[in-house]
Amino acid sequence: FKAATLIQRWYRRYVARLEMRRQCTWSIFQSIEYAGQQDQIKVRWNESGLPLALLSSPWAAKPRCSKGDFLDRMFTEERFHQDAEMEKYSDYESIEVPDSYTGPHLSFPLLPDHATALVEAFRLKQQLHARYVLNLLHETRKHLAQLPNINRLSTCYSEEITVCGDLHGQLDDLIFIFYKTHGKKILRTLQDVFCWLPLATLVDEKVLILHGGVSNRTDLELLAKLNRHKIVSTLRYKMRKENEKQAEEKRKANQTSSAQAPTPWFLPQSRSLPSSPFHLRSDKAHKTSRSSSIPCGAPLERKESSWQVQHSVGLELERCQQQAAFPVILEKEEPLLLTSKADDVAGERPEPTREEWKQVVDILWSDPMTQEGCKANTVRGGGCYFGPDVTEQLLQKYNLQLLIRSHECKPEGYEFCHNRKVLTIFSASNYYEVGSNRGAYVKLGPSLSPHIVQYQANKATHMLTMRQRQDISMNDFRKKKLQISRVEESALRALREKLFAHSSDLLDEFKKHDADKTGLITLNDWAAAVESVLHLGLPWRMLWSQLVNTSMDNALEYRSWLEDLAKEQLSHENIQSSLLETLYRNRSNLETIFRIIDSDHSGFISLDEFRQTWKLFSSHMNIDITDDCICDLARSIDFNKDGHIDINEFLEAFRLVEQSCSEGQASDCPQSTNANDSDCNSSGAP
Amino acid sequence: MTEDKIKEELVLADFHKKIKEAFEVFDHESNNTVDVREIGTIIRSLGCCPSEGEIHDLLAEVEEEEPTGYIRYEKFLPVMTKVLQERRYRPIPEDVLLGAFEVLDSAKRGFLTKEELVKYMTEEGEPFSQEEMEEMLSAAIDPGSNSVNYKEYITMMVIDEN
Repeated sequence: FKAATLIQRWYRRYVARLEMRRQCTWSIFQSIEYAGQQDQIKVRWNESGLPLALLSSPWAAKPRCSKGDFLDRMFTEERFHQDAEMEKYSDYESIEVPDSYTGPHLSFPLLPDHATALVEAFRLKQQLHARYVLNLLHETRKHLAQLPNINRLSTCYSEEITVCGDLHGQLDDLIFIFYKTHGKKILRTLQDVFCWLPLATLVDEKVLILHGGVSNRTDLELLAKLNRHKIVSTLRYKMRKENEKQAEEKRKANQTSSAQAPTPWFLPQSRSLPSSPFHLRSDKAHKTSRSSSIPCGAPLERKESSWQVQHSVGLELERCQQQAAFPVILEKEEPLLLTSKADDVAGERPEPTREEWKQVVDILWSDPMTQEGCKANTVRGGGCYFGPDVTEQLLQKYNLQLLIRSHECKPEGYEFCHNRKVLTIFSASNYYEVGSNRGAYVKLGPSLSPHIVQYQANKATHMLTMRQRQDISMNDFRKKKLQISRVEESALRALREKLFAHSSDLLDEFKKHDADKTGLITLNDWAAAVESVLHLGLPWRMLWSQLVNTSMDNALEYRSWLEDLAKEQLSHENIQSSLLETLYRNRSNLETIFRIIDSDHSGFISLDEFRQTWKLFSSHMNIDITDDCICDLARSIDFNKDGHIDINEFLEAFRLVEQSCSEGQASDCPQSTNANDSDCNSSGAP
Repeated sequence: MTEDKIKEELVLADFHKKIKEAFEVFDHESNNTVDVREIGTIIRSLGCCPSEGEIHDLLAEVEEEEPTGYIRYEKFLPVMTKVLQERRYRPIPEDVLLGAFEVLDSAKRGFLTKEELVKYMTEEGEPFSQEEMEEMLSAAIDPGSNSVNYKEYITMMVIDEN
């Protein structure tokens, strides 16, 4: 029946285009993320004196760079003399807890009930004192240090084992909360905690759990016998050198001001993607700031891990539950951050062999692929892509039935591949953006058949749909479409930022394609130019219509396009809006900082103090804000215009934003400086 | 080369680039293959509006002799290029679409009831799967009247696309 077919055809095409948009958006986020990682890798290796030629081009463009080259470089490094400071850093007993403290108190060993109570305390927005944080981490590390490289668990001891994937947390928040006194200690101890996570876990000798993947040479026996200290020392040295260097540079850059603390050596380089002001914390998973690293990162490391206390709580939970015979395994997001042990012979630094190093890198960094074989993972810069034959080989060699790993974000939170022999689990929902993906974890019972639980931290999306309930025709499909547009918009914003950041390179490239100096560039040339500068591997032709505003079909006046980009990025609204978004996201940090500055506890800080606070804050967050913007912001927050900011007023303003958003009325936000889109995710000013 | 010939070459190069781009979006391992189930999406996103049957025919041309579950770019490119050159499977103009709905709405009421829509979409033509039907209903049906005003529906979908 022709009419019906016509409608079906049309409808299917519509759905396909939606799918294409979704996939493009995903590619944008992923490619920006991986590109950022590669920068990270480049930075770290720079430390080692790699020839500049190698560094000047991204890895993706140089497939000839084999991992072997980098292994070589690693082994010509200076050896590191042991750092015995570690013990100092877990000294939590000297930290006093004031009487006024109303948060949870912890005592060890932690019983399951206490752990549950702790999680409940977080849900009620209580705060855990630094002493307990350190204590908790210290206990966790002690426990983990006793575990073997390959941890073995059995379902005989319990009915069910839960496996989580990458969780991702807010490193910046933790640092700011504790920055003045305890941050350094906490980070060091945290580092140790992750160092001591097992390299892999075996359940019932049948299910292998690890972070990245395997290669065709993965040797579990070797990994089991590995002396982890050997790898650590080199990493620690490199890491420390780098951070010292960074701290030095920052110290030089920031002159005077006692209000400005010397840049803590452990501060990571944030490279957050733009996010919506809807970044309210859910109980389970804090929003992702793509903080690049705990500086203890291995050169090949991907830093996102839920270092935050909740993760440690989880680890403690694991321990307690193991003691109580209910094992819970937390997936290792953190590869080898190993601490040097006190009993290492001073001056005598055992080195990992090349083979050992490769084995570790492989299990931490590899990704599965559909093709057979095993080839270098050029995207990650370490590890490999492994095919179903490699999986099969490994499973047979060790008589296993399933491989569970994390390391890759999946839209549904999980994904099977290799004939259901490999399961990827990713537990950070909304990883790229609110609504971008679900999270999942997997339960294993005695039968060892995986049972998957999906979720999505949905307070924000819930708010979104509350708004739309007003619209009668709102429904699931529509929500899905809206979600796709929102996430898409966020991805495009990130992309425009990146383009802007490379404006001068882009202009040079465009000029090369414009020999006749017409000022115009064709679509094809534009796409080629952009790719040659950004190296993101994105479908530029498809994105043309969304990134470029031109009246001509196939040509663009590139100069004015670049100018428009600049205007947009530097626009008052844009800076204000990203400022406000950042403020909003970090409001509890800000509160803490305010209270630190407000030394007389008057509840007021002067505009000057605010500006200083903000400068400190923004330099740590790597945000580039002009003085004008800060002044404007300060003034707009100073409601009664008396030259002082009432902290409570300020925070109240954010509560107002939060509240009015939940009622779905963006326009009622007081003192709106921006009226972006009709959605409440415009940043209504405080 | 004549000017026409040059133009032809340019157009061809253009097609190739477009096809490559769309293909690469789904080439997750950067090895010039995509899962066979994504071919329909790729073809449609290149501006074509084929029926399911037409997609099957195309698949037959691009698949390996022994179907492996994935399609190689080398095979896909020439076939898709021809499709674009011959301007096959053109998208459906709004008025034609409207006409199709009107054919189904024999009584010319301006709407179709939920039952009627489900019947036509799942029993006639190239039937929808249950999932597809539910999805379409969720966007099209006005819960109050339990029917779809197709003119409004079309307008809404078209706006959304742009």
